[in-house]
Amino acid sequence: MKRPELISRFLIVTGILLAVGAPLFFWARTPLIHARMAEDGGWNPDVIQAEVGEPLHLKITSDDVVHGFAVGQMEMQSVDILPGKVTEVTLNFDKPGIYTFFCTRWCGLNHWRMRGTIEVSGSPLDPEPATVPLYVSLDLDLDAPHDASAVPNGKPSATSGQLLETNLPIDQSAEYYRSHSPYEVFEGLQNTSLTEAQRWDAVAYFWQSNTTPESLANGRQLYAENCAACHGENGAGDGVFADDLAAAGESSLQTMEGAMDMAMQTPVDFTNPQRMLGASPALLQGKILRGGMGTGMPMWGSIFTEDQIWDLIAYIYSFQFEYQH
Amino acid sequence: MNRIELTRIPFIKNALKNRYPQLAVFIVMLIGYIFAILAGLIGTPVGSHNFSIVFVWIAWWAILILVAVPFFGRGWCAVCPIPLPGEWLQRGAVLSPPDKKPKWLNLRVPKMFRNIWLQNISFLLLALFSSVLLTTPNITGIVLAAMLFSAIGLSTVFERRAFCRYLCPVGGFIGLYSQTAPIELRIKDKQVCVTCEGKPCYNGSSVGYGCPWDVFPGGLTKNTYCGLCMECIRTCPHDNIAVNLRPFSADLTKPSTRMDEAFKAFIMLGSAIIYAGVLLGPWGAFKDAAYNVGSSSWFIYAIVFLAIIFVVLPGLFTLGIVDTKNALPLKQRFASLSTALIPLGLMFWVAFSLSFVLTNASYIIAALSDPLGLGWNLFGTANATWQPMLTSMLAPAQALALVGGLIWSARTAQKAAGEVKVSSIPVIVYCFFATCFMLWLLL
Repeated sequence: MKRPELISRFLIVTGILLAVGAPLFFWARTPLIHARMAEDGGWNPDVIQAEVGEPLHLKITSDDVVHGFAVGQMEMQSVDILPGKVTEVTLNFDKPGIYTFFCTRWCGLNHWRMRGTIEVSGSPLDPEPATVPLYVSLDLDLDAPHDASAVPNGKPSATSGQLLETNLPIDQSAEYYRSHSPYEVFEGLQNTSLTEAQRWDAVAYFWQSNTTPESLANGRQLYAENCAACHGENGAGDGVFADDLAAAGESSLQTMEGAMDMAMQTPVDFTNPQRMLGASPALLQGKILRGGMGTGMPMWGSIFTEDQIWDLIAYIYSFQFEYQH
Repeated sequence: MNRIELTRIPFIKNALKNRYPQLAVFIVMLIGYIFAILAGLIGTPVGSHNFSIVFVWIAWWAILILVAVPFFGRGWCAVCPIPLPGEWLQRGAVLSPPDKKPKWLNLRVPKMFRNIWLQNISFLLLALFSSVLLTTPNITGIVLAAMLFSAIGLSTVFERRAFCRYLCPVGGFIGLYSQTAPIELRIKDKQVCVTCEGKPCYNGSSVGYGCPWDVFPGGLTKNTYCGLCMECIRTCPHDNIAVNLRPFSADLTKPSTRMDEAFKAFIMLGSAIIYAGVLLGPWGAFKDAAYNVGSSSWFIYAIVFLAIIFVVLPGLFTLGIVDTKNALPLKQRFASLSTALIPLGLMFWVAFSLSFVLTNASYIIAALSDPLGLGWNLFGTANATWQPMLTSMLAPAQALALVGGLIWSARTAQKAAGEVKVSSIPVIVYCFFATCFMLWLLL
């Protein structure tokens, strides 16, 4: 074989090997976390391993629409994951456990199911005893009916409630507030000289005095980011996905064996006084922590911190009460 | 007609005669092509950030339809990497002359396939799936790979470049529109070819290969089937092959007589109109139908697509040229007069392509730095934002292309009508209404 032919063949073979090998080599060395709408698979991979005290570097890309990335129960700003772009995130864990990472953008109907886990192993740098959620220690049945037997004619006013006599028979402790529904507190005031409307105003004031403007503002933000898509901006259960969720019905649920009777329910209306005034903060805590169990309401226990949940609950009650601004 | 022989310029002649410059381009193109396949298969599925979509369907298409075809005819075919591996395999060599005995089956393509109907079909297949093909990297990767392997497969069964000549979905329309280009490869003196022994330009010799496009250069009268591979320049022992600069659309003075070519003109014209309406128009339902491949609405879209191309457009054209008193058969008039649609179709494609190329060209800058969507920033341009380019010039440029195409077609129609001795007015009216419709769709 003549030298030019030999050199040509060598160049061609080298070129082809480079064209095939180089992309494969770099592709294999760049492990990406791919984000897709939940209907198309969600996160891939959806389980990531990490070590306590060792930074976890992640490269995340979206294969379809704009997603967001955040890790539950961690102090971190969510980051946007743009289609075809790579976003780098570094995480540090000081406690072992299973963390949930989730999408923070309303990317599609099943956005709420777009979650994955980070399994962090190792010893905790700063051990803390685990606490039992209040709804568990109260042994509440989260699925039992809890409607209030009586509701106010209008929205009870905390401002009016503040003007009433101060020696009302209400236990002012946070524990009492969290473990009783507004209706129960209203019932506790029946032996006073107050009218029904005044008793509801007193309840409104009691609810307001158990929160702070900062807590309400934080709750409002959490609600807008995580709840409003289904429950509606004004809490009426009429979020942008509400109709689609109801229409999707059973097919949109990840049904499990023995739970085929599950069906998507219309998101709860937080402006409904019967339902909301009969629910204690502890009950709402349970519902948020655990989720709706087959109703379409996701569980948030692995995402929100305890404080965030109380802030959110405080804000949800603002759909029932007129607070002072 | 005046022609300037470019091969008189020693630099050009040497560059074309020498195999190494072409080989260097081939190797680069082949690497790029294989990289595009890989990028489609393993890169980001987001089309606007994947090399395969951005460089094939935006950059390559822009160069092809706005520059290569109008100015260089089959210039793309001269550097296309698709037939190369098959051809090298077929010859058993890259540069060395082939063995006397063929290495593979070396069959002649059956006569029934020696036309461009298969190319018409392959183009239509891609056209019907184009909304998905043009936006989905892995589909693009698969199609590019399928074309490469089809070319290799055909090279092992049939002689010469059977894929390019009879199956390539792109080659068909490049050939059709190359007739308008101001570049041609022709012989200098016919008498030299007549007396030439052995016809090495067609049969090959110790210095080169027989025409890979199965064309005898001595009989070349139009660009359609000459792939500008330049092999005949190397093999001609009499230095009788020239590359000429010539007036635009010189080949169209000799109207076509073939129905496969006539229908190619309708396929291209109709596709440009349908794309302009479906892909660029404001009708969401049409777009959904085109994108939802396999759905019932897509089947309706496909039927309408094919009906417009094979029934509506040719039907209206036929109604215009029906003349019972004319001595020439209708089929011959149809084929000849459809030549007038060639410049019109080309300019429709130019106008349509300007829209999406200028809209999406900025993706090229970002994809250059991060071709696979792996987070690279090779040239510091990975975060370049998408921005439509030259938007103020788009509508005037499109209008100019369309009106220019109409005038060009009218002139071509007059010449074609003169050849078959009929009136050109119905064809010009047809072109006028088609142009008005395209103007309405695009502007």
